[in-house]
Amino acid sequence: MTDKKKRNVKIKISNLVKNFGGDNVLNGFSLSLKKSESLCLIGTSGSGKSVALKCLIGLLSPDSGSITVDDQETIGQSRRQHEAMLKRFGMTFQFGALFDSLPVWENVTFRLRQKEKLNKKEAKEIAGDILSQLGLAHQVLELFPAELSGGMQKRVAIARAIADKPEILLFDEPTSGLDPITSGVINDLILNSVNRIGATTLTISHDMASVRQIADTVAMLHNGRIIWCGPIKDINHTGISEVDQFVNGKPYGPLTTNKRETPQTKQTEISV
Amino acid sequence: MGFFQSLGRSGLRLCHMIGSIALFLVLSLRWCLIPPFYGKQIVRQLIDVGYHSLPVVGLTTLFSGMVLALQSYTGFARFSAEDTVATVVVLSVTRELGPVLAGLMVAGRVGASIAAEIGTMRVTDQIDALETLSTRPMQYLVGPRLIAGTICLPILVLIGNIIGVFGGYLVGIYRLGFNSTVYLSRTLEFLEFSDVMLGLLKAAIFGFIIALMGCYHGYYSGRGAEGVGKATTNAVVSASILILIANYSVTALFFG
Repeated sequence: MTDKKKRNVKIKISNLVKNFGGDNVLNGFSLSLKKSESLCLIGTSGSGKSVALKCLIGLLSPDSGSITVDDQETIGQSRRQHEAMLKRFGMTFQFGALFDSLPVWENVTFRLRQKEKLNKKEAKEIAGDILSQLGLAHQVLELFPAELSGGMQKRVAIARAIADKPEILLFDEPTSGLDPITSGVINDLILNSVNRIGATTLTISHDMASVRQIADTVAMLHNGRIIWCGPIKDINHTGISEVDQFVNGKPYGPLTTNKRETPQTKQTEISV
Repeated sequence: MGFFQSLGRSGLRLCHMIGSIALFLVLSLRWCLIPPFYGKQIVRQLIDVGYHSLPVVGLTTLFSGMVLALQSYTGFARFSAEDTVATVVVLSVTRELGPVLAGLMVAGRVGASIAAEIGTMRVTDQIDALETLSTRPMQYLVGPRLIAGTICLPILVLIGNIIGVFGGYLVGIYRLGFNSTVYLSRTLEFLEFSDVMLGLLKAAIFGFIIALMGCYHGYYSGRGAEGVGKATTNAVVSASILILIANYSVTALFFG
């Protein structure tokens, strides 16, 4: 790899292995993202996409392999280094993971308030600005997550992830459970937000319409490794039957539909 | 062979749990002492653990004090020692019944609520979200609850003691026909400062145990509603058992 190309790589994941009770969820998972690239990771349910994302951000420790961010190895970092690295990431979770006990404005400015010691008024103004960019009125600021619709929760989760303009954004199924129109709106918001802050983005999605809308590059995960990675325009001509089956949503083919999913209880590693 | 295997498995599980609780205890104590301190969280927990538990603790100790006066009168009347009822009530409530009953009631109310809240945060990825937002879950979630539990329970027990003794007084005066002045003087005559302090020391230990068990079981909660349900049950059961063990240990330590 030339120096110029190497400099352009933001995240490089090499030969990641993650095992849960004898089940190799990731088995030689390798992927790289360029600066400001939007990459979508696709794959069947239980194929390990969320595990890969959690390994990348350090919520799970891989058994072996390497992850570099700006050529800096992140596996085996000290707690302090890991916390410094986390500040460069923003992440949304599949079901929002908004803090139930905090109103919307506190959710959105959670990290900002700790970093910049904002007072309540300043924090509310910032939260209001970010939320209005995402199409939410100021009235939602004082509401609690349980009082919001699914689409609104997704927007608030995105607002929280982008609030302090991170360099890298991770979205775990940002449009799951939403109707097609709201999904389209969320995809637009992700695109606009990402373009505005120039972040490198890794999105997990099952929804091919969303993938086509937001991805520059698509990677497909199967049997713990990437079986295809390329530009979105080539997704229909990969010549790989698994990718073809997934993209076209065919019920029968090489992707087994009754594959045993990774036990969720084993995905929780307690980092204290 | 199967019996020994299952016995061994249970033993290993128990050792794993004890080790895991010990590790959790050390880490949570460490993060309690290191800044940042989340003042707003601590205040919220103080209100939740302390203020909201007051009616439960008050009612429990009130009726315990009342029934204690009746029962001790029944017993002491058999050897003409009725005048010791007030002393028995105050010593039993401050040294034993106040802390233990308040501890068990708060374990049911607060221990369950802590485990359910943290367990739900675990299963809905809120704890992971905290981590991604550069916040240590142990500092943000566990620390404030441990501090609130340790501070609130002695205060609750102190108030509960007063209410319990007052319950005994009401029964003594209006049901058993004691003279009010005599009853009060008997109440204070043999009560020592160390009796109250022993009760409050026990309460602080119980408060810490309740918060620790709630946080531990919630933090390690299994997935789904069943996981949170189990965590809640385990938090209450383990806190209650540990309270009774700690109660005997502290009493034995200061006996005499």
